[in-house]
Amino acid sequence: MSRYAIPVIILLVLGGFFLRGLGLNPTYIESPLIGKPAPEFSLPDLIDPSANVSTSDLVGQFTLLNVWGTWCPECRNEHDFLLSLARSGMPIYGLNWKDERDKALEWLEVLGDPYVASAADVIGDVAIDFGVYGAPETFLIGPDLTVLQKHISPLTPEVWETRFVPLIEEHSGKR
Amino acid sequence: MYRILLLSGLLIGIVQFAGAQIEGFDDSAVDERYRDLIHTIRCMKCQNQSIAESPVDQASDLRRQVRELMLDGRSDGEIRTYLADRYGDFINYRPPLKPTTWLLWGAPALLLIGGGVVFVRILRDRLQQPLDEDIG
Repeated sequence: MSRYAIPVIILLVLGGFFLRGLGLNPTYIESPLIGKPAPEFSLPDLIDPSANVSTSDLVGQFTLLNVWGTWCPECRNEHDFLLSLARSGMPIYGLNWKDERDKALEWLEVLGDPYVASAADVIGDVAIDFGVYGAPETFLIGPDLTVLQKHISPLTPEVWETRFVPLIEEHSGKR
Repeated sequence: MYRILLLSGLLIGIVQFAGAQIEGFDDSAVDERYRDLIHTIRCMKCQNQSIAESPVDQASDLRRQVRELMLDGRSDGEIRTYLADRYGDFINYRPPLKPTTWLLWGAPALLLIGGGVVFVRILRDRLQQPLDEDIG
């Protein structure tokens, strides 16, 4: 009997790893930025290019930084939820990633604009600093500019309730 | 034969065209360093290609960034750290040795030792058997 014990144990251990691997989403990679200060940026405002959108605008309140582009179909899917979040009073800043200004303006006009302001990252440098690789991505940034959460793929009410709200509550209790 | 050669030549041409457009360096030593680097940096969007191979837009942004960091005089290690600080260790095809990667780096040695132990045991069992069989 014991001669079968070792292969069976090895099989169970490997099986355990594989079973866990099946449940993991390979595109979900934890951002090393969480818990660290948000990368500094200063970019032209999408709507009024003579103005700037920068990290200092985010100070003093919980904000969302939402990476979007008109070329990104999934961004269209989360847009309605962003609008309702903005209506509920959550300040959302946009990072308009590698987009064309005309198309982006039309998008906001037709679908509605949930953003306090959108920063236009035409060449994608700020996106690299934030470790962005697949829009839509949403960062939760604390009042002291610490990155608290990053979510890749569309924001949904479920994701908001489970991955964002508890963090806001936890961190506002500390203040 | 000639046709096959021609066809494979055409296919190679197509494959190369489908790959990334890479702007290198004039200095061949620097260029080689650059190519080594971008071949060991993962394209986060496509995951199973390096940023040297991927035609995705985001890969070309990262190539440009690596190029600029090199022009800035940063070392390979500094560039890898720069990227890992933003994207995580996953971006490096050669992840650094640290507690969370010990198993990853140690697995080949562990498997080799484990396999060796099993091999030796089986061998030992077999060496003891033939005598019995001869008698039987």
